[in-house]
Amino acid sequence: MSINEFFLILLGTIFVNNFVLVQFLGLCPFMGVSNKLESAIGMAAATTFVMTLASVCSYLVDHWLLSPLGLGYLRTIAFILVIAAVVQFVKMFMEKTSPLLYRVLGVFLPLITVNCAVLGVALLNTQKAHNFFESTLYGFGGAVGFSVVLILFSAMRERLAVADVPQPFKGAAIGMITAGLMSLAFMGFTGLTAH
Amino acid sequence: MFELIFQNPIASALIALVSLSLLFGAILGFAAVRYKVEGNPIVEQIDSILPQTQCGQCGYPGCKPYAQAIVDGDAINKCPPGGQSTINALADLLDIEAPRLDEEHGVEPDVKKVAFIREAECIGCTKCIQACPTDAILGAAKQMHTVIADECTGCDLCVDPCPVDCIDMIVVEPHLSRWTWELPGVKPLQLIATDKLHQGQAA
Repeated sequence: MSINEFFLILLGTIFVNNFVLVQFLGLCPFMGVSNKLESAIGMAAATTFVMTLASVCSYLVDHWLLSPLGLGYLRTIAFILVIAAVVQFVKMFMEKTSPLLYRVLGVFLPLITVNCAVLGVALLNTQKAHNFFESTLYGFGGAVGFSVVLILFSAMRERLAVADVPQPFKGAAIGMITAGLMSLAFMGFTGLTAH
Repeated sequence: MFELIFQNPIASALIALVSLSLLFGAILGFAAVRYKVEGNPIVEQIDSILPQTQCGQCGYPGCKPYAQAIVDGDAINKCPPGGQSTINALADLLDIEAPRLDEEHGVEPDVKKVAFIREAECIGCTKCIQACPTDAILGAAKQMHTVIADECTGCDLCVDPCPVDCIDMIVVEPHLSRWTWELPGVKPLQLIATDKLHQGQAA
């Protein structure tokens, strides 16, 4: 796999087909965790780890179990099983190795389980018929894209919280409008093609 | 047998899902045992912030029980010897708002005091030794008692039990050997106008 394709996949998932702002997956943690920058950074780190791991495990399950037996229709439920097991494992591992990190991020882990971006990555990998390395990269790139946008958005929300916003728009409303404007801005990347 | 599975889609789907579930169940079961967490590590972290005076002013018999109580949901503003700086450190650790010290449990001592036994009056009863939570009093029955100033935290639990009332709390004068920088978070920063505005509110 050439270095060109490497960067293509990475740039594609981070900017052109950003999971949150272009494909509109994973909006729940995007709006919910972006109130403070520190929790956004924590959520971004946790999601990156889980998404890459889940993407790899889903690929393995699909490649070794589902595809040979022709069980493509079981992908959704099998991937959900994989993701839930991976997240539970990560939670137990984190609780043992770093209790402080667990106390900060532990509340986000169930949120990541039901994050449709994680399931989306797994299903999109099978749709695009990625091999092992491409699946890992796609999962990692998607997670990085999610993290970048989450951190940018939370930084903006922190400023919005102290800005002079009209009363009816305070809180989630102005957040949604800002997210929409960010999404418009990211549309500018659709012109970024392989040529 | 495998031909049967490949030709019979229901069987293959069933076997695939069941085996997947069993595999993940086994992995998670292993993880539950291997990564079992004994006790609550956050209690130790809270305890390391508390001042270890073991004075009981918070209402608990020592700093470790108070740390356990904080984890169980008690307020973090009950420790006068720790003062506002301890409250801020606890709030930082637990990621919550830092309240003002709860005056009901005592006021923060603005000067550090240590106990001093007037040896001429000491009768050697060991009642103060039993009361001292940090073992700062040297002595034995019918022997002279004296306070080791370096170990004394100024909690004044020894003052009440003394039958001849020979223990004084004296102020520790600032000295080169004892001087440290003031801990951050004790005085709120007053750089711009809005800092003075919020002076009355919690840090």
